[in-house]
Amino acid sequence: MSQFLLYSLASVALFCIGLHGLIAHRHLLRKIVAMNVMASGVFLLLVSIARRNQDMVADPVPHAMVLTGIVVAVSTTAFALALARRICLETGRVSIEEEEEQGDTQ
Amino acid sequence: MDFDQLLDLLLVTALLGVAWKALASPDLFKAVVLFIAFGLLMSLAWIRLNAPDIALAEAAIGAGLTGTLLLDAVRQMSVRQE
Amino acid sequence: MSRLLTAPMTFAIGVILTVAVLDLPEIPAGLTPTVLASMEMSGVGHPVTGVLLNFRGYDTWLEVGVLLLAMQAVLLLQRSYDLSLLPSDPPANPVLSWFTHLLVPAMVLVAGYLLWMGTKAPGGAFQAGAILGAAGVLLRLAGYRSVAVLRGVLMRALLLMGFGLFLVVAVGVMAFGMQFFQYPGRPAGEIIFALEIAISVATGLTLAALFVGGRPARRHADGERRGSH
Repeated sequence: MSQFLLYSLASVALFCIGLHGLIAHRHLLRKIVAMNVMASGVFLLLVSIARRNQDMVADPVPHAMVLTGIVVAVSTTAFALALARRICLETGRVSIEEEEEQGDTQ
Repeated sequence: MDFDQLLDLLLVTALLGVAWKALASPDLFKAVVLFIAFGLLMSLAWIRLNAPDIALAEAAIGAGLTGTLLLDAVRQMSVRQE
Repeated sequence: MSRLLTAPMTFAIGVILTVAVLDLPEIPAGLTPTVLASMEMSGVGHPVTGVLLNFRGYDTWLEVGVLLLAMQAVLLLQRSYDLSLLPSDPPANPVLSWFTHLLVPAMVLVAGYLLWMGTKAPGGAFQAGAILGAAGVLLRLAGYRSVAVLRGVLMRALLLMGFGLFLVVAVGVMAFGMQFFQYPGRPAGEIIFALEIAISVATGLTLAALFVGGRPARRHADGERRGSH
């Protein structure tokens, strides 16, 4: 199994693990962690595509894109965390509650 | 299977395992610490893929700063709930 | 009911992505030859730095803009540019104090080294900025006020420095008859280094301020925001 194949399949698996965590969890912080895992999966795919041709030096353009992506991911995480903390401060809730379907409230 | 391939396979297994545990762990603090470990393993993966610039940035920003931000938020939110 | 759909849906997305990844075309050379052939024109010795700050400098400029936007949003949640009103950590225990005294100057040194080496080896502005940001966070955790000592105009000026210098360079070259964001040939290396310095200082400050500013201020019973006692 070549290096590219291994890492690209791993990146798809990471993306799916992150996606499942993002949808399934209700706690805000867990959603943020899941989002970061998804981002890491995408970056892994980009860099393994850059490394596909083993004879040459790694392609620098996807490297620059991933560097930009890491900084954007941390900005997004910082803003999301500030929002989550503010929500917790104002309402006291830390998770997105599901709307319970009640027959008599409609 | 030579040493390089074995190393890659072990690294990928560790990455996926730590990511899964980080998202499935019931304790929030443990989940964030596992996420920091995940970031450091990603750093190793970048080195294996010949991307030293990204490895430096991931270790500092991805694991370090994001981990610090998350730990701070976990502490504040768990204090709030008590 | 919708909870049960999550796992199969994610699995289906995973299958689609796997098929797409396995279906990628045969090994091309990518953009590597193009970049390596243009390296003398870029003014730096390291391909990734050349791509980041010269060939794709527009993306880097917008990335610094994204950092600035996140900082603006976090400061909006605080409703103030004055971070010194936020509660700070208590003074640290002696081990953390000593460790901070030891480590922060070393971090600044390492950041400068990475910044300098970025022109010819792995390193560069964002890595250096990340370490400076980490130094700011460490100072804050050790009980110092860190980034919060800057206020008002100075804080805003330093935050805007990275984005602003890029804008000045990009528009300024138009005054000399060149296109938007076209670096002039021979001073390209010096321009890139000046931009790198501005980016690393601004990024470090922004990252540390994102940490410091993310903590909500305490509210007292009358709802007004007070600082720490």
